[in-house]
Amino acid sequence: MADLSVNVCGVDFKNPIIPASGVFGYGREYEELFPLNKLGGIATKGTTLHRRTGNIAPRIAETPAGMLNSVGLQNPGIDHFIETELPYLLTKDTVILANIAGSTPEECAEVAAKLEDTDVHMIELNISCPNVKQGGAAFGTDCTMAAEVTRRVREATSKKLVVKLSPNVTSITEIAKSVEAAGADAVSLINTLLGMRIDINTGRPILHNNVGGLSGPAVFPVAVRMVWQVANAVGIPVIGMGGVSSGRDAIELMMAGASAVQVGAAIFTDPFAPVRIVEEMNEFLDSKGIASVRDIIGTVKPW
Amino acid sequence: MKYTQGQFIIRAKEAIARNIYSFTIACPEVAAVTVPGQFVHIRANGFTLRRPISICGIDPEAGTLRIVFEIRGQGTEEIARLNKGDLIDMLAPLGHGFTVDSSFRKVVLVGGGIGTPPMLPLAAAYGEKATVISGFRNASAVILQDDFRATGAETVLCTDDGSAGIHGFVTQPLKELAVEGGIDAVYACGPMPMLKGIAAICAENGIYCEISLEERMACGIGACLGCACRTKRNDEEYFAHVCKDGPVFRAEEMIW
Repeated sequence: MADLSVNVCGVDFKNPIIPASGVFGYGREYEELFPLNKLGGIATKGTTLHRRTGNIAPRIAETPAGMLNSVGLQNPGIDHFIETELPYLLTKDTVILANIAGSTPEECAEVAAKLEDTDVHMIELNISCPNVKQGGAAFGTDCTMAAEVTRRVREATSKKLVVKLSPNVTSITEIAKSVEAAGADAVSLINTLLGMRIDINTGRPILHNNVGGLSGPAVFPVAVRMVWQVANAVGIPVIGMGGVSSGRDAIELMMAGASAVQVGAAIFTDPFAPVRIVEEMNEFLDSKGIASVRDIIGTVKPW
Repeated sequence: MKYTQGQFIIRAKEAIARNIYSFTIACPEVAAVTVPGQFVHIRANGFTLRRPISICGIDPEAGTLRIVFEIRGQGTEEIARLNKGDLIDMLAPLGHGFTVDSSFRKVVLVGGGIGTPPMLPLAAAYGEKATVISGFRNASAVILQDDFRATGAETVLCTDDGSAGIHGFVTQPLKELAVEGGIDAVYACGPMPMLKGIAAICAENGIYCEISLEERMACGIGACLGCACRTKRNDEEYFAHVCKDGPVFRAEEMIW
């Protein structure tokens, strides 16, 4: 049994696997299938200051080796999260990353401030949601805006702050450096890649929002590349995600430089994916005689 | 247990109409807790998303579920390649089913096309109290009529082109029954325009009505919020989720 524990900017995780924000709700639905304490952490559904109804359906489309989504940040609002969902999650013996979003830097800071008096372990600031008209990706595609929203949230919280980055940019390393300079404790990447499908029988986009975020195995090589570039560009830890569906994928992303790994769309194919991936990582490390998963972080030997 | 995920043996496979297949699946622990109106979420090899399929038969004694599905695209085509003896990967049973009320004396079940299979467990629950109105494109698409008759239910068949049964839509015989009166509930599954028409007839005649919806889904259990549908809750618009809040909704909840 290899040591699977990792530490991300001072927060201890029993293993590196975290269901990504948006696929796991607030955990209740998956607890029917497995105990949540098997997870390294949980990134909760993106939560905003006020309740959001989200986008009109269809919100989901299949793609080759992946899927598109445009849920549009449907959530019950931060007060409901703090009163109802967070106390439940905090009993589960796993690291809770509260994923937050907002339309303005002020709104993001207000949401973060509301979490200040809770026992949540980390805040994951989403500056990269492709499915909302205001805020979201608009913050994540501009260095000045990304730094501004990070700074505002930094001022509002003493919690460990992870900033989730968009891949829909010319240079993700520049954005990463901007948020690092603005006070982020870690970055997580990649959010979904903007995509589109059209029903050729009707001539209509499949998603009612026309466009949506691409995830699943199709994006995995993009994630590996971006994690590698960002890990080499910043001094803060990187939480990697994007198309991870096996223990081997998770190992690969950690070799690229990720200190922990989030699992998204894979959970739709296999609801036990996060638990299975932990087991597969352990098997791989044992087969190679590697004592600790920490020993593989960033060990890729580039040509 | 609310739901589980696993690999289950296909005990029987039958092609019951063009591109429509029936699987009988051995899953005793699932069959023991399934109620009419629920669905299963099936993994299609090589695809990221599972496919939600309604449940057409529940046999807790035999420990089996029956599903009847149509090949709609590549995912369902892949599932249809499975054979008797193969394992099928299911997350089940899912969703909120139909209300079965033993005090009801007369109910009408309405199925349109591939919306007819989920009506069969309901017909089995109500037996002779049920009238089943089924609508299909044409005679070659007709399914499950013998199965419905075997439950003791009365059957009314409609086809769009008149090649079998009544020439016309299911709403015509429903309207006649509604006007006759004495119906405690109408249950329906099928295309949205059909459901909307049925809901209108029920509203006009003051009949309780439940409908079963379908939507593109990802998780199937209420976590990802992908399968939204517009409903009213406490007079406020609310995007409910077909997988967890549904697939069965009270018709009066819907915003069409």
